[in-house]
Amino acid sequence: MANISIDTIKKIYPGGVEVIPGLSLDIAAGELCVLVGPSGCGKSTLLRMVAGLEEVTEGEIRIGGRRVNDLEPAARDISMVFQNYALYPHMSVFDNMAYGLRNRRMPKPEIRTRVDAAAGALGLEGFLDRKPRQLSGGQRQRVAMGRAIVREPAAFLFDEPLSNLDAKLRVKTRVEIRALQQRLGTTSIYVTHDQLEAMTLADKLVVMHAGRIEQVGPPLGVYERPATAFVAGFIGSPPMNFLPGEAHTTGVRLDNGVDIALPGLTGGRVDLGVRPEDLHVDPAGPVELSVRVVERLGATANVHGRLAGTDAEIIASLSGTDLPAPGDTLRLTAGAGKWHVFDAAQGIRLL
Amino acid sequence: MVERRPLLTFIQHAVLILGAAIFVFPIYLAFVASTHTAQEVNTGIPLLPGDEMWTNYAQVLGEGLSTVGAPPLGLMLFNSAVMALSITAGKIAISLLSSFAIVYFRFPFRVLAFWTIFITLMLPVEVRILPTYEVVASLGMLNSYAGLSIPLIASATATFLFRQFFMTVPDELTEAARIDGAGPMKFFRDILVPLSRTNLAALFVILFIYGWNQYLWPLLVTTDESYYTIVMGIQRMANAGEETPQWHLIMATAIMALLPPVVVILGMQRLFVRGLVEVEK
Repeated sequence: MANISIDTIKKIYPGGVEVIPGLSLDIAAGELCVLVGPSGCGKSTLLRMVAGLEEVTEGEIRIGGRRVNDLEPAARDISMVFQNYALYPHMSVFDNMAYGLRNRRMPKPEIRTRVDAAAGALGLEGFLDRKPRQLSGGQRQRVAMGRAIVREPAAFLFDEPLSNLDAKLRVKTRVEIRALQQRLGTTSIYVTHDQLEAMTLADKLVVMHAGRIEQVGPPLGVYERPATAFVAGFIGSPPMNFLPGEAHTTGVRLDNGVDIALPGLTGGRVDLGVRPEDLHVDPAGPVELSVRVVERLGATANVHGRLAGTDAEIIASLSGTDLPAPGDTLRLTAGAGKWHVFDAAQGIRLL
Repeated sequence: MVERRPLLTFIQHAVLILGAAIFVFPIYLAFVASTHTAQEVNTGIPLLPGDEMWTNYAQVLGEGLSTVGAPPLGLMLFNSAVMALSITAGKIAISLLSSFAIVYFRFPFRVLAFWTIFITLMLPVEVRILPTYEVVASLGMLNSYAGLSIPLIASATATFLFRQFFMTVPDELTEAARIDGAGPMKFFRDILVPLSRTNLAALFVILFIYGWNQYLWPLLVTTDESYYTIVMGIQRMANAGEETPQWHLIMATAIMALLPPVVVILGMQRLFVRGLVEVEK
C-alpha cells in the first residue's frame, strides 16, 4: 500500500509535441483511481510515465513517498496489466506468473506458494501447465491479472484491461477486478475510455481532455455536478443534452424564445445542460421536442428529436409504455437542480 | 478445391508425378552410375542399378582416390560438415544479435547501420572474393577451418529476416518483461530467442545447405588436401587430368555428399515448414 503523487509533470515528445502540459494528481493509499477520457487525451501516456515506460519530461512522480522518475519499471514496485495482456506466448501460465518473481531471485517454494494462491483466487488452478494460446480471452485476462498480483506490488496499473473482452465478460470481469482490488487494498490506477467502466470502478474519477485534468472527484459527484461542459458530455450515457441560450438574472432564454427560470445567473451566452434521464413528460413543460427516432431499450426508451424552433439535438430517456411516435411533439421538463449551466465559450460551469 | 472428378484427379497426379520424375531423374542416374563398374559407366550409363554398389562405396569411403589427389571421403565429409556448421552457427548468432541491436536499441547511426547491412545483400560472395582472399591470406588463415568459414559468416539475409520478425513482436511484450525485471540480454535470451524458434529452424536448414554447397571459396583458400571439402573433392575427381574420370566413384561420392543436407532437411522439416508459413505470436 502506497500513495502515488504526481507533481506538475509534463510530457513533451521529441519534436515538440506537448502531450501533457503540466498535471498534478494525488492518489491515496488503497484507492482505485480511474483515468477516463477520449483517445488521445494523454491518459495512457500518464499511466506509462507512472510505470516508467515513458520518460517524464518535467516534474516528479512519487510512489510511497519515493521519487521514481529515474528508476527502471522493475524497481518501482508496480505491476501492470496490458490491454492485449502481453503474456509470453512460449511460457506456461505458471511460468508467465513466476517470471517476474524468478527475476527477483525469490526462492522457489515461495514462488510456488504465491502463484498457487493467485491461481486459486482467479480460478486458474487447472490451467497452470497450459500455454496462453490454449486459453480463452477471459482466461488470458485473468493470467495477466495473476501476473500482476503475485508480485504484491505497491501499485497496480491497468491499461484498458477489459477492452479485448466481449460485453458480457467485461461486466463480469469488471466486478471481479473491483472485488480483488478491495480485498487486496492495493493502490491502483486504471485507464479506460469507457465511461461506464470508469463510473462503476472508481473511488476517484479523473476525467482528462487534451492532456489536462478536467475534473477529479468521486464518480457520483462528477456525474451530478460536472465541472465543465466536456465532462458533462463525456460522463453519462446517452450524453447530456445542451440547449444553447442567453442568460439573464432570472434564468435562461433558449434560442427559440422559451424562458427557463434559474436564479443566480448574470448574463452572456450559455449552454443549458440537462441529462436525458432527468427529462420527463409534462404537458406544461418548457422543452418542446419534435420526435425523430424512438429507440426502445426494454426498460426505457431513448427519444431522439430536435428542440422546436432550433436545430439543437435532444435525447430524452423515457420509461413506461405510452411512448411517442416519430413526428409527434412532446413537452418535457426537468426537476429543480437537474439543470446545468455552462459558459458557451469556455465550457465552465456557471450554475 | 475439393471437387471430386476422376479426370481432374488423374491429371493432377500425372502432372505431379511427371514433375517429381524430372527432378529425381538426375539423382537416380547418379545412383545407378555409382553401382556399376567403370567400363559399364563409360560405355553409356545403364538405366538399372548394377551389383558393384558395395565395392564402389567401400572404395570411396575407405582409401579414396589417391591417384587424383582427393583424400578419403570421410575426411572431406567431416571438413564440409565443420564448414557448414560453423557458417550456420556463426551466421545465426551474429544476425540474431545484430538485428536485436537494430530493432531494440536507439543509438546514433542505427538506420545507417541497418542499411549498410542491407546493401551487402546485393553483393554476392564472388564480387568481394579477391579482397576477402587478400585479407584472409594476410591473416594467415589459408588452409584452416577459420579461413573456410569466418569470411562467409556475415549475413545480411538472416539479419534482415530476424529484423522483420522482431518488428512483429508486440511492444507490450518488451514492456511486460521490463516490468518483470528482465534486462535487455535476459529479455533476448528468455523471450526473443524462444519466440524465434521456428525462424531459427528454417534459417538453419537454408544456411546449412548454403554452407555445404560452397564451392568457389574453399577452392581458393585451401591447397592442403586435408582441408578439402566434399564439393571440391568431386571437382578434383572430375578433373582427373590425363586419366579418364572414374565416373562410378564420382557418382558414389556425389550421392554421399547429398546425404547430410537431406538428413538435416528431414530432421528439421516440421519446424522448417512452420517457420516459413506461420508467424507464432
